Amino acid sequence: MDAPAIIDILHGLVPGASLVSGQSVDFATIYVPAATLVETATALRDDPRLRFNVLVEVTAADYLPRDPRFEVVYHLLSIPNRLRLRMKVRVTTEGSVPTVQGVWRGAGWLEREVWDMFGIVFAGHNDLRRLLMPEDWDGHPARKDYPVQIHKATQTYEPLEVSEAEFRANIERDRVKRAH
Amino acid sequence: MGEIRTETMTVNMGPQHPSTHGVLRLVLELDGEVIQSVMPTIGYLHTGIEKTAEQKKWQQVVPLVERMDYLAAQSNSLAYVLCVEKLLGLDMPQRVKDIRVLLAELQRLASHLIWLGTHAMEIGAVSMLFYAVRERELLMNINELIAGFRFFPSYFRVGGLREDLPRGFHEAVTAFLDRFPTKLDEFEGLLTKNDIFRRRTEGVGTISLEDAYSWGLVGPIARAAGSDYDVRKYFPYTGYEAYDFKVPTATEGDVYARYRVRIAEMRESVKICRQAIPRITPAGPWACDDTRVVPPPKDKVYTEMEALIQHFLIYSQGFTVPAGDAYVPVEGPRGEHGCYVVSDGSNRPWRVKMRAPSFLAIQALPAIVRGGLIADVVAVIGSNDVVMGDCDR
Repeated sequence: MDAPAIIDILHGLVPGASLVSGQSVDFATIYVPAATLVETATALRDDPRLRFNVLVEVTAADYLPRDPRFEVVYHLLSIPNRLRLRMKVRVTTEGSVPTVQGVWRGAGWLEREVWDMFGIVFAGHNDLRRLLMPEDWDGHPARKDYPVQIHKATQTYEPLEVSEAEFRANIERDRVKRAH
Repeated sequence: MGEIRTETMTVNMGPQHPSTHGVLRLVLELDGEVIQSVMPTIGYLHTGIEKTAEQKKWQQVVPLVERMDYLAAQSNSLAYVLCVEKLLGLDMPQRVKDIRVLLAELQRLASHLIWLGTHAMEIGAVSMLFYAVRERELLMNINELIAGFRFFPSYFRVGGLREDLPRGFHEAVTAFLDRFPTKLDEFEGLLTKNDIFRRRTEGVGTISLEDAYSWGLVGPIARAAGSDYDVRKYFPYTGYEAYDFKVPTATEGDVYARYRVRIAEMRESVKICRQAIPRITPAGPWACDDTRVVPPPKDKVYTEMEALIQHFLIYSQGFTVPAGDAYVPVEGPRGEHGCYVVSDGSNRPWRVKMRAPSFLAIQALPAIVRGGLIADVVAVIGSNDVVMGDCDR
Protein backbone atom coordinates (compact mmCIF):
# COMPACT_ATOMS: atom_id res chain seq x y z
CA MET A 1 0.00 0.00 0.00
CA ASP A 2 1.53 3.32 -1.02
CA ALA A 3 1.41 6.65 0.80
CA PRO A 4 -1.58 8.22 -1.09
CA ALA A 5 -3.71 5.14 -0.34
CA ILE A 6 -2.87 5.34 3.36
CA ILE A 7 -3.59 9.08 3.39
CA ASP A 8 -6.97 8.42 1.73
CA ILE A 9 -7.91 6.02 4.51
CA LEU A 10 -6.68 8.44 7.18
CA HIS A 11 -8.63 11.39 5.74
CA GLY A 12 -11.88 9.69 6.66
CA LEU A 13 -10.67 8.86 10.17
CA VAL A 14 -8.84 12.04 11.18
CA PRO A 15 -10.82 14.95 9.75
CA GLY A 16 -8.87 18.14 9.31
CA ALA A 17 -5.40 16.58 9.35
CA SER A 18 -3.21 17.88 6.54
CA LEU A 19 -1.23 14.77 5.64
CA VAL A 20 1.38 14.89 2.90
CA SER A 21 3.12 11.95 1.29
CA GLY A 22 6.90 12.04 1.19
CA GLN A 23 9.47 10.61 -1.17
CA SER A 24 11.05 7.30 -0.33
CA VAL A 25 12.92 4.43 -1.92
CA ASP A 26 11.66 1.65 0.35
CA PHE A 27 8.13 2.03 1.73
CA ALA A 28 5.43 4.65 2.22
CA THR A 29 6.32 7.90 3.97
CA ILE A 30 3.79 10.41 5.28
CA TYR A 31 4.28 13.77 6.95
CA VAL A 32 1.96 14.38 9.87
CA PRO A 33 1.50 17.74 11.61
CA ALA A 34 2.33 17.61 15.33
CA ALA A 35 -1.17 18.84 16.28
CA THR A 36 -2.92 15.74 14.91
CA LEU A 37 -0.18 13.20 15.62
CA VAL A 38 -1.92 11.26 18.39
CA GLU A 39 -5.23 11.01 16.50
CA THR A 40 -3.41 9.89 13.37
CA ALA A 41 -1.35 7.35 15.31
CA THR A 42 -4.46 5.93 16.97
CA ALA A 43 -6.19 5.63 13.60
CA LEU A 44 -3.14 3.92 12.11
CA ARG A 45 -3.13 1.42 14.95
CA ASP A 46 -6.84 0.65 15.09
CA ASP A 47 -8.20 0.76 11.53
CA PRO A 48 -8.58 -2.81 10.22
CA ARG A 49 -7.17 -1.85 6.81
CA LEU A 50 -3.97 -0.56 8.45
CA ARG A 51 -3.49 -2.14 11.93
CA PHE A 52 0.01 -0.77 12.58
CA ASN A 53 0.31 -2.66 15.85
CA VAL A 54 4.08 -2.34 16.43
CA LEU A 55 6.03 0.86 16.84
CA VAL A 56 9.38 -0.32 15.58
CA GLU A 57 11.47 2.76 16.07
CA VAL A 58 11.37 6.44 16.94
CA THR A 59 14.30 8.56 15.93
CA ALA A 60 15.03 12.01 14.61
CA ALA A 61 17.29 13.76 12.15
CA ASP A 62 18.70 17.26 12.47
CA TYR A 63 18.57 19.12 9.13
CA LEU A 64 20.38 22.28 10.27
CA PRO A 65 20.18 24.99 8.82
CA ARG A 66 16.76 24.08 7.38
CA ASP A 67 13.70 25.44 9.15
CA PRO A 68 11.94 23.68 10.83
CA ARG A 69 15.10 22.06 11.91
CA PHE A 70 14.17 18.56 13.09
CA GLU A 71 12.25 15.65 11.69
CA VAL A 72 11.01 13.08 14.17
CA VAL A 73 10.73 9.75 12.38
CA TYR A 74 8.41 6.94 13.46
CA HIS A 75 8.74 3.55 11.84
CA LEU A 76 5.55 1.53 12.07
CA LEU A 77 4.94 -2.12 11.32
CA SER A 78 1.65 -3.83 10.67
CA ILE A 79 2.11 -7.53 11.26
CA PRO A 80 -1.48 -8.53 10.26
CA ASN A 81 -1.28 -6.63 6.96
CA ARG A 82 2.45 -7.04 6.27
CA LEU A 83 2.90 -3.30 5.90
CA ARG A 84 5.52 -0.79 6.87
CA LEU A 85 5.11 2.95 7.18
CA ARG A 86 7.40 5.84 7.93
CA MET A 87 5.68 8.72 9.69
CA LYS A 88 7.50 12.03 9.97
CA VAL A 89 6.80 15.08 12.08
CA ARG A 90 8.60 18.35 11.45
CA VAL A 91 9.48 20.33 14.55
CA THR A 92 11.46 23.47 15.41
CA THR A 93 13.94 23.88 18.26
CA GLU A 94 11.30 25.55 20.44
CA GLY A 95 8.43 23.35 19.32
CA SER A 96 7.28 20.09 20.82
CA VAL A 97 5.73 16.84 19.64
CA PRO A 98 2.95 15.10 21.57
CA THR A 99 3.96 11.75 22.99
CA VAL A 100 2.52 8.57 21.46
CA GLN A 101 3.03 6.59 24.67
CA GLY A 102 -0.74 6.26 24.95
CA VAL A 103 -0.86 4.51 21.57
CA TRP A 104 2.21 2.27 21.79
CA ARG A 105 3.69 1.71 25.25
CA GLY A 106 7.13 1.06 23.83
CA ALA A 107 7.39 4.72 22.79
CA GLY A 108 8.51 5.69 26.30
CA TRP A 109 12.22 5.02 26.08
CA LEU A 110 12.42 5.65 22.33
CA GLU A 111 11.12 9.19 22.81
CA ARG A 112 13.30 9.65 25.86
CA GLU A 113 16.35 8.80 23.78
CA VAL A 114 15.33 11.31 21.11
CA TRP A 115 14.97 13.99 23.79
CA ASP A 116 18.31 13.02 25.27
CA MET A 117 20.12 13.11 21.92
CA PHE A 118 18.30 15.94 20.12
CA GLY A 119 16.54 17.96 22.81
CA ILE A 120 13.15 17.57 21.14
CA VAL A 121 10.45 17.88 23.79
CA PHE A 122 7.67 15.27 23.81
CA ALA A 123 4.68 16.97 25.38
CA GLY A 124 2.87 14.80 27.92
CA HIS A 125 5.72 12.29 28.29
CA ASN A 126 5.72 10.85 31.81
CA ASP A 127 9.47 10.49 32.30
CA LEU A 128 11.49 12.81 30.08
CA ARG A 129 14.91 12.36 31.69
CA ARG A 130 18.39 11.58 30.41
CA LEU A 131 18.63 8.00 29.24
CA LEU A 132 21.97 7.33 27.59
CA MET A 133 23.88 10.42 28.72
CA PRO A 134 24.68 11.14 32.38
CA GLU A 135 22.04 13.00 34.39
CA ASP A 136 24.09 16.21 34.61
CA TRP A 137 25.10 16.39 30.95
CA ASP A 138 24.93 19.71 29.11
CA GLY A 139 23.57 19.82 25.58
CA HIS A 140 22.19 17.23 23.19
CA PRO A 141 24.97 15.32 21.42
CA ALA A 142 23.26 14.26 18.18
CA ARG A 143 22.52 17.84 17.12
CA LYS A 144 24.55 18.98 14.16
CA ASP A 145 25.86 22.08 15.99
CA TYR A 146 27.14 19.98 18.87
CA PRO A 147 30.92 19.63 18.61
CA VAL A 148 32.23 16.20 17.74
CA GLN A 149 35.20 16.34 20.06
CA ILE A 150 34.77 18.31 23.22
CA HIS A 151 37.70 19.36 25.30
CA LYS A 152 36.28 18.88 28.72
CA ALA A 153 38.56 19.54 31.65
CA THR A 154 39.37 16.19 33.17
CA GLN A 155 38.74 15.86 36.85
CA THR A 156 42.11 15.20 38.41
CA TYR A 157 43.49 16.10 41.77
CA GLU A 158 46.64 18.06 42.33
CA PRO A 159 49.57 15.87 43.34
CA LEU A 160 50.33 16.01 47.00
CA GLU A 161 52.98 18.66 47.43
CA VAL A 162 54.44 19.26 50.83
CA SER A 163 57.34 21.56 51.56
CA GLU A 164 60.18 20.32 53.71
CA ALA A 165 59.16 22.59 56.59
CA GLU A 166 55.58 21.27 56.46
CA PHE A 167 56.88 17.74 56.29
CA ARG A 168 58.98 18.23 59.43
CA ALA A 169 56.08 19.90 61.19
CA ASN A 170 53.84 16.94 60.36
CA ILE A 171 56.39 14.50 61.72
CA GLU A 172 56.78 16.57 64.89
CA ARG A 173 53.05 16.72 65.43
CA ASP A 174 52.78 12.98 64.93
CA ARG A 175 55.55 12.36 67.45
CA VAL A 176 53.86 14.52 70.03
CA LYS A 177 50.65 12.53 69.62
CA ARG A 178 52.45 9.26 70.05
CA ALA A 179 54.14 10.45 73.19
CA HIS A 180 50.75 10.83 74.85
CA MET B 1 4.53 -8.18 71.71
CA GLY B 2 4.40 -5.24 69.35
CA GLU B 3 3.38 -5.42 65.73
CA ILE B 4 5.99 -6.60 63.27
CA ARG B 5 7.13 -3.65 61.26
CA THR B 6 7.34 -4.37 57.53
CA GLU B 7 8.70 -2.20 54.77
CA THR B 8 10.00 -2.75 51.27
CA MET B 9 13.71 -3.04 50.70
CA THR B 10 15.58 -1.36 47.88
CA VAL B 11 18.40 -3.36 46.36
CA ASN B 12 20.86 -2.17 43.80
CA MET B 13 21.82 -4.77 41.18
CA GLY B 14 24.63 -3.86 38.85
CA PRO B 15 26.12 -2.10 36.97
CA GLN B 16 28.93 -4.54 37.71
CA HIS B 17 26.98 -7.72 38.20
CA PRO B 18 27.91 -10.96 36.47
CA SER B 19 24.38 -11.74 35.33
CA THR B 20 23.40 -8.37 33.91
CA HIS B 21 25.24 -9.09 30.65
CA GLY B 22 27.56 -6.15 30.78
CA VAL B 23 26.77 -2.93 32.49
CA LEU B 24 23.07 -2.76 33.24
CA ARG B 25 21.98 -1.30 36.55
CA LEU B 26 18.69 -2.33 38.13
CA VAL B 27 17.22 -0.75 41.24
CA LEU B 28 14.88 -3.36 42.67
CA GLU B 29 12.22 -2.66 45.24
CA LEU B 30 11.54 -5.87 47.15
CA ASP B 31 8.89 -7.04 49.50
CA GLY B 32 10.65 -10.03 50.95
CA GLU B 33 11.68 -11.86 47.81
CA VAL B 34 8.86 -10.50 45.66
CA ILE B 35 9.64 -7.72 43.25
CA GLN B 36 7.49 -4.61 43.64
CA SER B 37 9.21 -2.49 41.04
CA VAL B 38 12.31 -2.38 38.88
CA MET B 39 14.04 0.68 37.52
CA PRO B 40 16.66 -0.07 34.88
CA THR B 41 19.44 2.45 34.30
CA ILE B 42 21.30 2.19 31.01
CA GLY B 43 23.88 4.26 29.18
CA TYR B 44 27.06 2.93 30.80
CA LEU B 45 28.21 1.63 27.44
CA HIS B 46 27.09 4.60 25.36
CA THR B 47 29.93 5.41 23.00
CA GLY B 48 28.23 7.71 20.51
CA ILE B 49 28.76 5.41 17.54
CA GLU B 50 25.90 7.04 15.64
CA LYS B 51 27.50 10.47 16.01
CA THR B 52 30.91 9.11 15.05
CA ALA B 53 29.42 7.51 11.95
CA GLU B 54 28.37 10.94 10.68
CA GLN B 55 32.04 11.94 10.47
CA LYS B 56 33.13 8.89 8.48
CA LYS B 57 32.84 7.97 4.83
CA TRP B 58 30.14 5.48 3.88
CA GLN B 59 32.40 2.46 3.76
CA GLN B 60 34.19 3.36 7.01
CA VAL B 61 30.94 3.06 8.95
CA VAL B 62 30.81 -0.73 8.50
CA PRO B 63 33.35 -1.55 11.24
CA LEU B 64 31.72 1.02 13.51
CA VAL B 65 28.22 -0.45 13.37
CA GLU B 66 29.62 -3.94 13.94
CA ARG B 67 30.76 -2.78 17.36
CA MET B 68 27.22 -1.96 18.47
CA ASP B 69 25.80 -5.41 19.04
CA TYR B 70 29.12 -7.10 19.59
CA LEU B 71 27.67 -10.62 19.77
CA ALA B 72 25.91 -10.25 16.42
CA ALA B 73 28.35 -8.02 14.58
CA GLN B 74 27.44 -9.13 11.08
CA SER B 75 23.76 -8.65 11.69
CA ASN B 76 24.43 -4.93 12.28
CA SER B 77 26.64 -4.54 9.27
CA LEU B 78 24.24 -6.47 7.05
CA ALA B 79 21.43 -4.06 7.94
CA TYR B 80 23.65 -1.04 7.33
CA VAL B 81 25.06 -2.36 4.06
CA LEU B 82 21.64 -3.30 2.68
CA CYS B 83 20.32 0.12 3.65
CA VAL B 84 23.06 2.03 1.83
CA GLU B 85 22.71 -0.28 -1.16
CA LYS B 86 18.99 0.48 -1.23
CA LEU B 87 19.77 4.21 -1.43
CA LEU B 88 22.34 3.57 -4.14
CA GLY B 89 19.95 1.25 -6.00
CA LEU B 90 22.50 -1.54 -6.21
CA ASP B 91 21.63 -5.15 -6.89
CA MET B 92 24.01 -7.87 -5.79
CA PRO B 93 25.08 -10.96 -7.76
CA GLN B 94 23.37 -14.13 -6.53
CA ARG B 95 26.63 -15.50 -5.12
CA VAL B 96 27.07 -12.44 -2.87
CA LYS B 97 23.51 -12.84 -1.62
CA ASP B 98 24.07 -16.50 -0.79
CA ILE B 99 27.31 -15.79 1.05
CA ARG B 100 25.56 -13.09 3.04
CA VAL B 101 22.77 -15.46 3.99
CA LEU B 102 25.27 -18.10 5.06
CA LEU B 103 27.33 -15.70 7.18
CA ALA B 104 24.24 -14.12 8.73
CA GLU B 105 23.04 -17.54 9.83
CA LEU B 106 26.45 -18.51 11.20
CA GLN B 107 26.38 -15.23 13.10
CA ARG B 108 22.98 -16.15 14.51
CA LEU B 109 24.38 -19.48 15.68
CA ALA B 110 27.36 -17.77 17.32
CA SER B 111 25.12 -15.30 19.10
CA HIS B 112 22.63 -17.95 20.22
CA LEU B 113 25.48 -20.08 21.55
CA ILE B 114 26.64 -17.27 23.82
CA TRP B 115 23.04 -16.72 24.86
CA LEU B 116 22.64 -20.42 25.63
CA GLY B 117 25.87 -20.62 27.59
CA THR B 118 25.36 -17.52 29.71
CA HIS B 119 21.64 -18.04 30.24
CA ALA B 120 22.10 -21.61 31.42
CA MET B 121 25.10 -20.67 33.54
CA GLU B 122 23.20 -17.94 35.32
CA ILE B 123 20.50 -20.28 36.44
CA GLY B 124 22.87 -22.95 37.62
CA ALA B 125 24.03 -25.08 34.69
CA VAL B 126 27.59 -23.77 34.75
CA SER B 127 29.08 -26.37 32.43
CA MET B 128 26.82 -25.23 29.56
CA LEU B 129 28.95 -22.14 29.09
CA PHE B 130 32.04 -24.19 28.33
CA TYR B 131 30.25 -26.47 25.88
CA ALA B 132 28.64 -23.52 24.07
CA VAL B 133 31.80 -21.45 23.87
CA ARG B 134 33.68 -24.46 22.52
CA GLU B 135 31.32 -24.65 19.53
CA ARG B 136 31.37 -20.89 19.08
CA GLU B 137 35.14 -21.04 18.86
CA LEU B 138 34.76 -22.92 15.55
CA LEU B 139 32.58 -20.10 14.22
CA MET B 140 35.15 -17.56 15.35
CA ASN B 141 37.74 -19.56 13.43
CA ILE B 142 35.59 -19.24 10.30
CA ASN B 143 35.48 -15.46 10.84
CA GLU B 144 39.22 -15.45 11.19
CA LEU B 145 39.49 -17.39 7.96
CA ILE B 146 37.42 -14.93 5.92
CA ALA B 147 38.64 -11.68 7.42
CA GLY B 148 41.52 -12.22 9.82
CA PHE B 149 39.31 -10.87 12.58
CA ARG B 150 37.34 -13.05 14.96
CA PHE B 151 34.72 -10.77 16.48
CA PHE B 152 34.17 -8.01 13.95
CA PRO B 153 35.07 -9.33 10.49
CA SER B 154 33.74 -6.25 8.56
CA TYR B 155 33.41 -8.69 5.69
CA PHE B 156 30.15 -7.23 4.38
CA ARG B 157 30.88 -4.06 2.46
CA VAL B 158 28.68 -1.62 0.62
CA GLY B 159 28.65 -3.08 -2.86
CA GLY B 160 29.40 -6.67 -1.94
CA LEU B 161 32.04 -8.34 0.18
CA ARG B 162 35.55 -7.37 1.19
CA GLU B 163 37.18 -9.98 -1.00
CA ASP B 164 36.54 -13.47 -2.30
CA LEU B 165 36.17 -16.44 0.00
CA PRO B 166 39.45 -17.98 1.10
CA ARG B 167 40.53 -21.50 0.27
CA GLY B 168 39.21 -23.99 2.79
CA PHE B 169 36.09 -21.97 3.59
CA HIS B 170 33.64 -24.59 2.35
CA GLU B 171 35.47 -27.35 4.22
CA ALA B 172 35.50 -25.37 7.48
CA VAL B 173 31.79 -24.56 7.30
CA THR B 174 30.82 -28.08 6.27
CA ALA B 175 32.89 -29.55 9.10
CA PHE B 176 31.08 -27.30 11.55
CA LEU B 177 27.65 -28.12 10.13
CA ASP B 178 28.39 -31.85 10.30
CA ARG B 179 29.44 -31.60 13.92
CA PHE B 180 26.96 -29.10 15.29
CA PRO B 181 23.56 -30.93 15.23
CA THR B 182 24.86 -33.71 17.48
CA LYS B 183 26.27 -31.08 19.83
CA LEU B 184 22.88 -29.38 19.86
CA ASP B 185 21.34 -32.73 20.85
CA GLU B 186 23.84 -32.90 23.70
CA PHE B 187 22.91 -29.39 24.85
CA GLU B 188 19.25 -30.29 24.77
CA GLY B 189 20.00 -33.50 26.64
CA LEU B 190 21.48 -31.41 29.42
CA LEU B 191 18.71 -28.82 29.64
CA THR B 192 15.42 -29.47 27.85
CA LYS B 193 14.16 -32.18 30.21
CA ASN B 194 16.30 -31.14 33.17
CA ASP B 195 13.98 -30.84 36.16
CA ILE B 196 15.95 -28.05 37.86
CA PHE B 197 16.18 -26.03 34.65
CA ARG B 198 12.48 -26.39 33.95
CA ARG B 199 11.48 -25.39 37.46
CA ARG B 200 13.57 -22.25 37.13
CA THR B 201 12.12 -21.34 33.74
CA GLU B 202 8.57 -22.63 33.29
CA GLY B 203 5.92 -20.04 34.04
CA VAL B 204 8.60 -17.46 34.80
CA GLY B 205 8.75 -14.05 33.15
CA THR B 206 5.61 -14.55 31.10
CA ILE B 207 4.62 -11.93 28.55
CA SER B 208 1.53 -12.03 26.36
CA LEU B 209 1.65 -11.42 22.64
CA GLU B 210 -0.31 -8.13 22.85
CA ASP B 211 2.05 -6.86 25.54
CA ALA B 212 5.09 -7.89 23.52
CA TYR B 213 3.83 -6.02 20.46
CA SER B 214 2.87 -2.93 22.41
CA TRP B 215 6.36 -2.81 23.96
CA GLY B 216 7.81 -3.07 20.46
CA LEU B 217 9.20 -6.56 21.06
CA VAL B 218 9.47 -8.64 17.93
CA GLY B 219 11.83 -11.52 17.32
CA PRO B 220 12.36 -14.53 19.60
CA ILE B 221 10.55 -12.95 22.59
CA ALA B 222 7.37 -12.37 20.57
CA ARG B 223 7.70 -15.71 18.76
CA ALA B 224 7.81 -17.47 22.13
CA ALA B 225 4.46 -15.80 22.85
CA GLY B 226 2.77 -16.97 19.66
CA SER B 227 3.90 -14.51 17.00
CA ASP B 228 5.00 -15.81 13.62
CA TYR B 229 6.66 -12.55 12.63
CA ASP B 230 10.11 -13.08 11.20
CA VAL B 231 11.62 -10.44 8.90
CA ARG B 232 13.10 -13.20 6.75
CA LYS B 233 9.57 -14.44 5.95
CA TYR B 234 7.55 -11.22 6.04
CA PHE B 235 9.95 -8.89 4.23
CA PRO B 236 12.59 -11.16 2.64
CA TYR B 237 15.96 -9.59 2.00
CA THR B 238 19.20 -10.72 0.37
CA GLY B 239 17.53 -13.76 -1.17
CA TYR B 240 15.97 -15.46 1.88
CA GLU B 241 12.83 -16.17 -0.15
CA ALA B 242 14.78 -18.88 -2.01
CA TYR B 243 15.53 -20.83 1.19
CA ASP B 244 13.32 -23.41 2.80
CA PHE B 245 13.05 -22.99 6.56
CA LYS B 246 10.43 -22.78 9.27
CA VAL B 247 9.85 -20.09 11.85
CA PRO B 248 9.77 -21.82 15.24
CA THR B 249 7.11 -20.54 17.62
CA ALA B 250 5.72 -21.31 21.04
CA THR B 251 2.69 -19.98 22.84
CA GLU B 252 3.56 -19.92 26.55
CA GLY B 253 5.60 -16.71 26.43
CA ASP B 254 7.75 -17.71 29.40
CA VAL B 255 11.49 -18.16 29.81
CA TYR B 256 11.30 -21.84 28.89
CA ALA B 257 9.36 -21.05 25.69
CA ARG B 258 12.05 -18.56 24.66
CA TYR B 259 14.65 -21.24 25.28
CA ARG B 260 12.79 -23.72 23.08
CA VAL B 261 12.27 -21.16 20.32
CA ARG B 262 15.94 -20.24 20.20
CA ILE B 263 17.10 -23.86 20.22
CA ALA B 264 14.72 -24.60 17.32
CA GLU B 265 16.00 -21.49 15.53
CA MET B 266 19.51 -22.89 15.72
CA ARG B 267 18.34 -26.07 13.99
CA GLU B 268 16.65 -23.99 11.28
CA SER B 269 19.83 -21.95 10.85
CA VAL B 270 21.79 -25.13 10.28
CA LYS B 271 19.21 -26.08 7.65
CA ILE B 272 19.64 -22.75 5.87
CA CYS B 273 23.44 -23.06 5.96
CA ARG B 274 23.20 -26.56 4.49
CA GLN B 275 21.18 -25.17 1.57
CA ALA B 276 23.51 -22.22 1.11
CA ILE B 277 26.79 -24.12 0.94
CA PRO B 278 26.21 -25.93 -2.40
CA ARG B 279 24.87 -22.71 -3.97
CA ILE B 280 28.14 -20.88 -3.31
CA THR B 281 30.79 -21.67 -5.87
CA PRO B 282 34.36 -21.69 -4.51
CA ALA B 283 35.27 -18.79 -6.77
CA GLY B 284 33.10 -16.22 -8.48
CA PRO B 285 31.83 -12.66 -8.16
CA TRP B 286 32.17 -11.24 -4.67
CA ALA B 287 30.97 -7.71 -5.37
CA CYS B 288 28.62 -5.97 -7.77
CA ASP B 289 30.02 -4.38 -10.91
CA ASP B 290 29.14 -0.78 -10.10
CA THR B 291 32.37 1.16 -10.61
CA ARG B 292 31.18 4.04 -8.43
CA VAL B 293 31.36 1.91 -5.32
CA VAL B 294 33.53 -1.13 -5.95
CA PRO B 295 37.22 -0.53 -6.65
CA PRO B 296 38.49 -2.10 -9.87
CA PRO B 297 40.52 -5.33 -9.70
CA LYS B 298 44.20 -4.89 -8.95
CA ASP B 299 45.49 -6.11 -12.33
CA LYS B 300 43.47 -3.37 -14.03
CA VAL B 301 44.66 -0.73 -11.55
CA TYR B 302 48.24 -1.51 -12.57
CA THR B 303 47.58 -1.49 -16.30
CA GLU B 304 44.73 0.93 -17.05
CA MET B 305 44.68 4.66 -16.36
CA GLU B 306 40.89 4.82 -15.88
CA ALA B 307 40.99 2.04 -13.31
CA LEU B 308 43.82 3.72 -11.45
CA ILE B 309 41.84 6.98 -11.23
CA GLN B 310 38.76 5.12 -10.03
CA HIS B 311 40.77 3.28 -7.42
CA PHE B 312 42.27 6.54 -6.21
CA LEU B 313 38.89 8.29 -6.04
CA ILE B 314 37.22 5.50 -4.07
CA TYR B 315 40.02 5.30 -1.52
CA SER B 316 40.55 9.06 -1.10
CA GLN B 317 37.10 10.66 -1.42
CA GLY B 318 34.86 7.67 -1.11
CA PHE B 319 31.64 7.46 -3.06
CA THR B 320 28.55 9.60 -2.78
CA VAL B 321 25.08 8.30 -2.06
CA PRO B 322 21.95 9.94 -3.51
CA ALA B 323 20.08 12.13 -1.05
CA GLY B 324 17.20 10.47 0.76
CA ASP B 325 16.54 8.09 3.59
CA ALA B 326 15.91 4.39 3.94
CA TYR B 327 15.17 1.88 6.67
CA VAL B 328 16.10 -1.73 6.14
CA PRO B 329 15.29 -4.38 8.74
CA VAL B 330 17.03 -7.72 9.04
CA GLU B 331 16.21 -10.57 11.39
CA GLY B 332 19.01 -10.39 13.92
CA PRO B 333 19.53 -12.96 16.65
CA ARG B 334 17.72 -10.69 19.13
CA GLY B 335 14.89 -9.63 16.86
CA GLU B 336 14.46 -6.99 14.23
CA HIS B 337 17.76 -5.24 13.65
CA GLY B 338 17.03 -2.22 11.50
CA CYS B 339 19.19 0.50 10.11
CA TYR B 340 17.86 3.96 9.30
CA VAL B 341 20.21 5.97 7.13
CA VAL B 342 19.81 9.53 5.91
CA SER B 343 22.00 10.82 3.10
CA ASP B 344 22.40 14.42 1.99
CA GLY B 345 24.02 13.36 -1.25
CA SER B 346 27.60 13.64 -0.03
CA ASN B 347 30.31 11.10 0.69
CA ARG B 348 29.45 10.87 4.39
CA PRO B 349 26.20 9.78 6.02
CA TRP B 350 24.00 12.51 7.45
CA ARG B 351 22.50 10.22 10.04
CA VAL B 352 22.85 6.55 10.93
CA LYS B 353 20.48 5.01 13.43
CA MET B 354 20.30 1.40 14.51
CA ARG B 355 17.10 -0.07 15.81
CA ALA B 356 18.30 -1.91 18.91
CA PRO B 357 16.23 -4.92 20.01
CA SER B 358 18.02 -5.07 23.38
CA PHE B 359 16.99 -1.48 24.12
CA LEU B 360 13.33 -2.38 23.84
CA ALA B 361 13.80 -5.65 25.72
CA ILE B 362 15.26 -3.79 28.70
CA GLN B 363 12.50 -1.21 28.55
CA ALA B 364 9.95 -4.01 28.89
CA LEU B 365 11.88 -5.74 31.70
CA PRO B 366 9.99 -4.09 34.62
CA ALA B 367 6.68 -5.18 33.14
CA ILE B 368 7.91 -8.76 32.71
CA VAL B 369 9.45 -9.31 36.17
CA ARG B 370 7.03 -7.38 38.39
CA GLY B 371 5.42 -9.64 40.95
CA GLY B 372 8.01 -12.39 40.43
CA LEU B 373 10.85 -13.50 42.65
CA ILE B 374 14.23 -11.80 42.71
CA ALA B 375 15.95 -14.95 41.45
CA ASP B 376 13.73 -14.82 38.36
CA VAL B 377 15.19 -11.47 37.30
CA VAL B 378 18.39 -13.25 36.34
CA ALA B 379 16.48 -15.85 34.35
CA VAL B 380 14.46 -13.19 32.53
CA ILE B 381 17.45 -11.02 31.63
CA GLY B 382 19.19 -14.10 30.29
CA SER B 383 16.21 -15.25 28.26
CA ASN B 384 15.61 -11.78 26.81
CA ASP B 385 19.18 -12.04 25.51
CA VAL B 386 20.16 -8.40 26.02
CA VAL B 387 23.49 -7.07 24.84
CA MET B 388 24.40 -3.76 26.40
CA GLY B 389 26.49 -2.66 23.45
CA ASP B 390 23.36 -2.98 21.33
CA CYS B 391 21.23 -1.21 23.93
CA ASP B 392 23.51 1.79 24.58
CA ARG B 393 25.27 2.02 21.21
